[in-house]
Amino acid sequence: MSDFPTKTRCVVIGAGIVGNCLVGHLSDMGWDDIVLLDKGPLPNPGGSTGHASNFIFPCDHSKEIVDLTLDSQRQYEELGLQNTCGGIEVARTEERMEEFKRRMTSAKCWGIPSTLLTPAEVRELVPFISEDVILGGFYTPSVSAVDSLETGTQMRKKAQEAGHLQVFANTEVTDIETTKGKNKPKVSAVVTDRGRIECDTVVVACGVWSPRIAEMAGASIPLTPAVHQMADVGPFDVLVETQQELAYPIVRDMDTFCYERQTAGSMEVGSYAHRPILHRVDEIPSNEEAALSPTEMPFTADDFDQQMEEAIELMEFLGDGEIKYAINGLLSLTPDANPVLGPTVEVEDLWSAAAVWIKEGPGVGRLVAEWMTYGYPHLTDPHGADISRFYPQQRNVHHIEARCEEHFNKTYGIVHPREQWDSRRDVTTGPVKARTDALGAFYFEAGGWERPHWYETNRDLVESYGIQEREHEWDGRWWSPISDAEHLHLRDHAGIVDLSAFQIFEISGPGSLEYIDHMVVNKCDVKVGGSIYTPVLNPSGGFRSDLTILRLGLEHFRIITGAFDGGRDEYWFRHNMPGDGTVQFENRTNAMCTLGVWGPNTADLLSTITESHFDQAAFPYGSCQEVLLAGIPTEMFRVSYVGDSGFEIYAAMQHGLALWDAITEAGQAFNLRPVGAAVYGTSGRIEKGYRLMGAELESEYTPVEAGLARPKVKAADFIGKANYLEARDDSPCAQLCVLSMDDLVCDDGYERFPMGSGNEPVLSSTGERLVDAKGRVSRVTTAGNAPSVGKYLLMAYLPIELCTPGTELQVMYQNELYPVTVEATGPNLALFDPENDRMKN
Amino acid sequence: MRILVCVKRVPAPGSRINITPDALNVDTSHLGFTTSPHEECAVEEATQIVEEHGGSVTVLTVGPPEAEEQLRYAASVGGSDFVLVINDSGEDWDPQQTSNAILEAIADLEAADGEYDLILFGNESADAGGYQIGIKVAVALGRPAVNGIKGIDVNDGALTARREVDIGYEVYTVPTPAVLGVKEGINLPRYPTMKGRLASKKAEINKRESSALPGPQQKIRLHQPEETVTETQILGDGSDAAVKIVDLLDELGVL
Repeated sequence: MSDFPTKTRCVVIGAGIVGNCLVGHLSDMGWDDIVLLDKGPLPNPGGSTGHASNFIFPCDHSKEIVDLTLDSQRQYEELGLQNTCGGIEVARTEERMEEFKRRMTSAKCWGIPSTLLTPAEVRELVPFISEDVILGGFYTPSVSAVDSLETGTQMRKKAQEAGHLQVFANTEVTDIETTKGKNKPKVSAVVTDRGRIECDTVVVACGVWSPRIAEMAGASIPLTPAVHQMADVGPFDVLVETQQELAYPIVRDMDTFCYERQTAGSMEVGSYAHRPILHRVDEIPSNEEAALSPTEMPFTADDFDQQMEEAIELMEFLGDGEIKYAINGLLSLTPDANPVLGPTVEVEDLWSAAAVWIKEGPGVGRLVAEWMTYGYPHLTDPHGADISRFYPQQRNVHHIEARCEEHFNKTYGIVHPREQWDSRRDVTTGPVKARTDALGAFYFEAGGWERPHWYETNRDLVESYGIQEREHEWDGRWWSPISDAEHLHLRDHAGIVDLSAFQIFEISGPGSLEYIDHMVVNKCDVKVGGSIYTPVLNPSGGFRSDLTILRLGLEHFRIITGAFDGGRDEYWFRHNMPGDGTVQFENRTNAMCTLGVWGPNTADLLSTITESHFDQAAFPYGSCQEVLLAGIPTEMFRVSYVGDSGFEIYAAMQHGLALWDAITEAGQAFNLRPVGAAVYGTSGRIEKGYRLMGAELESEYTPVEAGLARPKVKAADFIGKANYLEARDDSPCAQLCVLSMDDLVCDDGYERFPMGSGNEPVLSSTGERLVDAKGRVSRVTTAGNAPSVGKYLLMAYLPIELCTPGTELQVMYQNELYPVTVEATGPNLALFDPENDRMKN
Repeated sequence: MRILVCVKRVPAPGSRINITPDALNVDTSHLGFTTSPHEECAVEEATQIVEEHGGSVTVLTVGPPEAEEQLRYAASVGGSDFVLVINDSGEDWDPQQTSNAILEAIADLEAADGEYDLILFGNESADAGGYQIGIKVAVALGRPAVNGIKGIDVNDGALTARREVDIGYEVYTVPTPAVLGVKEGINLPRYPTMKGRLASKKAEINKRESSALPGPQQKIRLHQPEETVTETQILGDGSDAAVKIVDLLDELGVL
């Protein structure tokens, strides 16, 4: 065995599927001095990898997860450690059969061959299934089972054989030391029971133990250990006779939240149906204390009885099988069920690679290695898994456990794209909530904030404008016709929008202009009172964010970004600050509130409570001015994300309520109504073709393709500039477009409304997937009604040859095809007021 | 044949057994519980005897209310009647109190349904390892008793019991009613089936109190021996390891 090192470049803690694959990829990418530690023995150190069921169902509704899963399957296959056996999800309810139509849509989008099966067809593939308890199946031939322990071993060995990696099992990490970094503490050493290793970078890939390890350095990894019960039952002649590890497709009994997976002569039955059983990290026994392994905790049989009964319903012979092995297996759950990846917020060069399933492990290994090597991953945009997405109030155990309790039983559940959380609500509210409550606001959560989505007190407008309910319950779930009515009312009169969830950062100091110019694409040296809407790029030239900057002084800038992006943006801006004290960063989100007022009556309305003037000459579009509104100091920014004249108004949080009252009282004479975020974020936006981070704007696309490249490029250097220039020189192979649905009527004779949740493919007129020259599939990134245009609109990137208005294509929604037509492409995607007369005149 | 099997709920530890700060108990905060392995074999042996010769198997335990879990496990693999003598003191009773509690229960059970032909105990419990309960019960009942049993045959009105010794087996012919203490290895206990587990939920548990008084034996403290740390070194895979193995054997002086 090697002598224990005293110094290395990178320490990876945790030799499960993620840590092992990570060191393999780091080695491939040129990291030549890595140490991998685990407190347990190898090849199975006792973490979740060791007891995993090891099967992969590749179809998911999330692009990010599918990208990771498909890459993982490729890696398992390349190593010869994948057994492609096929898999069937079976339905016992009509609701699940509907969900299968959504899965078919996702499968089409990602190019995963799948078919719907009748019960008899399911039985042809799985002859021991009880046909009479199911309504049908969703069959994916590429479902596989893998050897995750051997995969980890081979990835590790590859790095060792390259001379890039030293591995130390049975080595307990007792501390992670930090030193003063550029703007926050930085890792400096890992202390173990075998000695201390100085290092530049540490990766926590410790699965359920990750929070404890990160805490040693002063960082948080928001996850909780949670139980997933499984039992190995058998032997059964019908399985023994196959003389194969997996002769039959794996079955997921979706409505009972169970699965049945052949393991040679036995069947493994696993469940996500039992009560959520969460543990604290300190409750996990050590390797020595555990009867089996630390993450194979004692089986609590009472919790599994219901699942046994249901399993026997589906496969009668299971009742006679002996329960030879049954565990409460531990896995990692996060508050939103996504992994937690990337650099931690609190400590420089401390990375998280945690809460990862076997099906994503090798892909996550590659993704994190790319992130560490190139500054941002190439494999996929990781914004849904980026650890910095969580706000401080979401990183504590109360939030983690409440949300994990809520979503555990949704592991096999049918989760609506707009579904809202029940738990941990009203934790973060703006200053006007008492008023919006009184107006019957229906709240959606936006980055933890309660944000009115529509107002029940506006229901009278539904009749006035003749808005129809949606016939299909799925389309109308978490939606209200009130939103479209609010939209039209705003266009006709005026609307006030509670934008308290806006994330506001202020940059000041003598180095602020140079710094902020370095961070963003567009030129920031505008006059005081000017604004900049700009892409923020990652080092590879793809989108990292888009946001608005106000220049409040020569050395004072305000950054305004969305509630869903604040955590990631704050991390990025803080991370790139110079360490010389010339720039100060202050997060003022909790000190300020934002109200939006838009519509043709806005200027007249606001003029009644101020002596300032709002004509375009005095207050041009895109400018920001200090204004007293009803005696309250505000900064008003003439801008619009909804396509009508009006302002974002910023005030101190303590003045927010009075400001709301003053505006709404004055608004009575101008037919002002409260308007929800459904208008702000979807219908108003899509009529103007405005892009949204995380939907249209992802790291795989460039400003050129998004239609956000300006005619000129500033002289100053900025992150991603080289790739941005290259993208400008090349002809784009895809372009963002707005499409309209020509016909919304489904086969059953009523209208359907795509969600724009990212999994609905845009197809050729013959139903073929559209894939651009870089391999990116065309899919709907936003969908929404455009009440002022009279159309239902979609946004999607299309291969460049199809980016011509008038091109006729199709979109798939719930496994049905609908005709669509390209309406607009390029920089201006607005179908409503494309000349911007309403906003600027 | 009417058989009574006495079992005990014990912790299922790993290789390291922690004890509580007062040194009086095993720290079970991370542990599951199981049936003492010798007694799990006793349940299996009783089940096999009844399957072959007919009769009934009553499973009895003295323990906390949670020991119902062990009775239901027994129900899932074969028992027919189940008795829980509740000790809710939070501590194990001493051997005298335990055996007297069992004797109370046996008296009532036999008065109601007749004498047990055979009472089986585990040779010793997996946690306390006192080796006393079966013998105390047998002496009090005036019935023959043999411990360390690894084989039982049932003949007309008598039992043949085998005890493993260094050079073979000691064979005992034991008249019924009798008490035997069995050892792990007498059989391979079956696992519960899923149906068995589900049926066990419906099993009726006869829960009873005991008036048995504590005996003179007191637990002073438990001693945790020094932990010996061992480390395994993997010398290599396949033929690559041969040279290292030879070097090691040379170093150890065995070549």
